[in-house]
Amino acid sequence: MVAAKRSRTPFYLLILVLVAAGVGLTWHRHVAFDVPWLPGEKKRIWSVEAKVEFTAVGDPVKLSLAVPQKQPGFEVLGEHTASPGYGLAFVDTPSGRRAEWSIRRATGKQTLYYRVDMLEKKFTGLNGDEHLVVPPPLATHTLGDGPHRTAAQNILQQARSRSADAYTLARELIQEFKIQPQSAQFLLQKQSRSRWLVELLAQAGVPAREVYVLDLEDGRRNQTLNTYLQVFDKQEYQLFDPRTGRQGRRDNQIMWEYQSGALLDLIGGRGSSVHFSILEQEVPITQLLQREQSVTPAFLDFSIHSLPLEEQTLFKSILLIPVGVLLVVFMRIFIGLKTSGTFMPVLIAIAFIQTSLVVGLVGFLLVLSIGLIIRSYLSKLNLLLVARISAVIISVIIIIASFSVLAFMIGLSEGLKITFFPMIILSWTIERMSILWEEEGPKQVLVQGGGSLFVALLAYGLMVNDVVRHITFNFIGLQLIFMALVLILGSYTGYRLFELRRFKPLLARDNTPSSDA
Amino acid sequence: MLAKLANKLIDGIPFVRNMAAVQLHRKGILGMNRRNAQYISPNNARYLFPLVDDKLQTKKLAIENGVNVPTLLGVVDNQHDVSMLSELVGGLDSFCIKPAKGSGGKGILIIARREGDQFFRSNGQPISMSDIERHVSNILAGLFSLGGATDVAMMESLIVVEPEFKNYSYEGVPDIRVIVFRGVPVMAMMRLSCAASHGKANLHQGAVGVGIDMATGNAVNAVQRDKPVKYHPDTEQDLMQLNIPHWHQLLELACECADMTGLGYLGVDLVIDANMGPVLLELNARPGLSIQIANSAGLVPRLKAVEGLSRPERMSIKRRVEFAGKHFSAKPLL
Repeated sequence: MVAAKRSRTPFYLLILVLVAAGVGLTWHRHVAFDVPWLPGEKKRIWSVEAKVEFTAVGDPVKLSLAVPQKQPGFEVLGEHTASPGYGLAFVDTPSGRRAEWSIRRATGKQTLYYRVDMLEKKFTGLNGDEHLVVPPPLATHTLGDGPHRTAAQNILQQARSRSADAYTLARELIQEFKIQPQSAQFLLQKQSRSRWLVELLAQAGVPAREVYVLDLEDGRRNQTLNTYLQVFDKQEYQLFDPRTGRQGRRDNQIMWEYQSGALLDLIGGRGSSVHFSILEQEVPITQLLQREQSVTPAFLDFSIHSLPLEEQTLFKSILLIPVGVLLVVFMRIFIGLKTSGTFMPVLIAIAFIQTSLVVGLVGFLLVLSIGLIIRSYLSKLNLLLVARISAVIISVIIIIASFSVLAFMIGLSEGLKITFFPMIILSWTIERMSILWEEEGPKQVLVQGGGSLFVALLAYGLMVNDVVRHITFNFIGLQLIFMALVLILGSYTGYRLFELRRFKPLLARDNTPSSDA
Repeated sequence: MLAKLANKLIDGIPFVRNMAAVQLHRKGILGMNRRNAQYISPNNARYLFPLVDDKLQTKKLAIENGVNVPTLLGVVDNQHDVSMLSELVGGLDSFCIKPAKGSGGKGILIIARREGDQFFRSNGQPISMSDIERHVSNILAGLFSLGGATDVAMMESLIVVEPEFKNYSYEGVPDIRVIVFRGVPVMAMMRLSCAASHGKANLHQGAVGVGIDMATGNAVNAVQRDKPVKYHPDTEQDLMQLNIPHWHQLLELACECADMTGLGYLGVDLVIDANMGPVLLELNARPGLSIQIANSAGLVPRLKAVEGLSRPERMSIKRRVEFAGKHFSAKPLL
């Protein structure tokens, strides 16, 4: 006993060091950067990072990117750029505000970052956004020649007869593009639908322009802009989605560019692209005030906040995994709950976060049950294991693909998110459960499958919790504390909760205390 | 000092004193976490596991060390040889086919008799040659092995149940599980198959477990599905009458088996064959904890007693068995 204790001293020391370092880092971050312990009263800030990539050919490079401005629902809090070696200026041009990068000589692949923090505000009417409500000059409506002109005028005539004002005309025009697929197809050979809409509206005397809109969704990467239609009626305007005809701006949409300028102008390079990463942050009002101050990464700013947004969005979910893992370890060692595949529940929980709970649950159960049916047929074929699992993986992919198509056809765009499921893991789960079924019967499958799902739901509950998300993302020192906790749990040698029930008969039968006590 | 103080403190608070965990601890019941962390992990070197997880390796080891095992009739290790099975079976009337890496009695097929080309399982169910072939190819595909790894099928001669035990078992052969810790047998039970367990001798499948007194080989207690029982559910035999003959010889065999593997915490499964006498069936490097329920006793005090010995592995087998009989005997039944 004594010998055993002595050899464990370094272990306890390690735990102590981990906890101390974790607490220290966390405390430092709390004090030095004023990050609150709890989410508290907050304002929502959307950080959007535009990543511009292009290949420079060795000439002087001049690149200008349209950047967003203050607009209804959003206020620009701050802007940051990362572009080593480049000169940078923000200029106001007739076609809106733009970031201009320049360099004398550059070759090879270039990556420039522009990041803007937009504070979300309550929509309070259009006052104060003059530049937004000034109608653009009417587009020069050439309408093309010959057959294009005829088709376009036909569409305009149909729409005009069903409309009463500028907005209804825009709506009916979009509708007309949908119900006359042949004409639409023909017109689209010349220019894009939104361009046609602008010209047709101009023809009818309605000012309109194309705007680039970004959908804000937390943790998204590699997003692109959508073209929307901004239609003016006197001192007001409305946004239209040229594909669906939907009217109005949704809460989580910002207009990245709305002065009919190009998103990107590049001289001295080729193959340019712009992709957007989006991160949602809830920031207390007190912190908001100090936000404008230093943004240079300080010493000991041991946080992922010094990373580019694209990586931050990744880490936001990665840093939650230890919470799920901790739960699994706890369930195993303290409770004794059986799950199929040790950390499968965590992966399922992550998938649930991506898909939303209901879609995730339905999808999970569907894939699992259909997979089990297919697997039961495969088992009759006496296949070798690797081939069998490969067959299950392919079946799972087919199931997921058909589920997505079906969901999309009946108008459930949510169903598309099922592709977030970890397919290989799911296939292994099916394989394991099916073996369990053959060996121990369906009851064990329900017990273990239910156990996995239960743990997955618990993990999901933890991982979507506001407080948990807040502290894991803001205090990276917690990871060290998680580590220490797992180590402590790993050396727990007491009973599991389920063992108390299992060994209960041993207590019931004799009440005489054993002599060993 | 500290432990005494803690005990006093616990005794002082009735709620804490009556907690199941405290009472189980005081009774010395070994839990899964403690088994893994304090007994299996330090005493069973990982590289030794294949010796016991692969029954074919265990068998070879046993033969090398002169331990009796059921006769190996043949091994099928690839799909092509499955078609030659009927030749292998030849004129045999009874045999048993098992996966080398199976666990918990999974995939064991027992052919008890045959009439011409028709085979019969131990429960009287008829089975054809092609059924047997399919079973063998399932074994090869890894259906019964841990983690689904590919496997080989072993064909063995059947154990003949000792007449003394006939009434204690239904459809299967009763086996004796002995836990051997650092060479010293610490606890034993006999597992009796019954209708509820489908001829299997695993407690979690419904078999009856009878705790055995380490000194005498007499029954001390019996359970089925963790509930105490007095009579065998199928044969109505009084389980408390059970006495295992040549008990010391059997314990010595268990010690030999443990010694040959080098594993420090081991479950040894033995059977008594009517013709061959005590025979090693299989070894288990992660023996279950139900043996404590069958014995109505905890493992911890016994394991601690062995830990108190200096170098128990070096003691002669005779002395180890003596030690077990002296210190691990159940208290006389009231």
